Amino acid sequence: MNQMKRETSIGLTLLPWLVLFPQNASAMHIMEGFLPPVWALTWWILFIPFLALGIRKLKQIVNQDSHQKVLLALCGAFIFVLSALKLPSVTGSCSHPTGVGLAIILFGFLIVPVLGGIALLFQALLLAHGGLTTLGANGMSMAVVGPLVGYLIWLSACKLNLRKDVSVFLCAFFADLVTYAVTSMQLGVAFPDPHAGIMASVLKFMSIFCITQIPIAMAEGLLTVLVYEQLTKRQLLVARGH
Amino acid sequence: MKKTMLLLVCVIGLTLLPFLIPHAGDYSGSDNQAQQAISQLDPNYKPWFAPIFEPASSEIESLLFTLQGSIGSAIVFYILGYYRGKRAAHADH
Repeated sequence: MNQMKRETSIGLTLLPWLVLFPQNASAMHIMEGFLPPVWALTWWILFIPFLALGIRKLKQIVNQDSHQKVLLALCGAFIFVLSALKLPSVTGSCSHPTGVGLAIILFGFLIVPVLGGIALLFQALLLAHGGLTTLGANGMSMAVVGPLVGYLIWLSACKLNLRKDVSVFLCAFFADLVTYAVTSMQLGVAFPDPHAGIMASVLKFMSIFCITQIPIAMAEGLLTVLVYEQLTKRQLLVARGH
Repeated sequence: MKKTMLLLVCVIGLTLLPFLIPHAGDYSGSDNQAQQAISQLDPNYKPWFAPIFEPASSEIESLLFTLQGSIGSAIVFYILGYYRGKRAAHADH
């Protein structure tokens, strides 16, 4: 009883501290070797089926007309550019967008595990950013869960007949933000706070990742709208009924 | 066109915003600080795997990041330009 009380009070005293001082951390993918083996393996096992589905989807698209292939290349390239841009954020630390919004809108979320996986692999191998052992976890956050939420938001926005540019923005914004919320959760469950438990730890990582990410996700949303409109202008999206 | 410019201005504004408001951050992009949070939560944790290849310096790292961005934007703008040209040629006939 006393123990629980103490835990709660530690959690509560931690909370304002988290909100006030989120600045001394950068928001990035999970670093190489920074997930315990059990968790690294768990996330890899979860990621592999999505990767397989993604490759199947990729094959389907490549077998269609060349028009689709070109758009696919564009989506992959867009992810490549945006995940290379480390932007400053209002918290005084830097983070980068994910760029998955365009691919979600043009091809659905199942293609993202492949496209996002390529960008993650490039950064893990050449830039020591993210990592091979943590690629499963980073893939699940950036290329599966984030895109899935973005896709659901895109579908609902279309159902609600929202303006296309607003829908595109919302999809990209939430796919980005959810990615880093999942990252926080992944780190939180792997490193629970010894006193205040998993939730306090998740909150701590969220304060690190998510606040920094808000303006960056907005910038990502705007850039996605920009490219989307250029595609519309070139009548590249007409055939798809958007 | 007007809307494109407006969107670009908004993105630039969002990027400049952090420099206009007070905060204690130093714009560090290194992953060291996320590692600090982990070492606070679990002081005994040691990374069990190191990157196979690490850029020799921050200059090399920025070279590789620039390369990543350039490859991506080359493809994006090639495709946008290709279809713009194609439409223009189509309109001529």
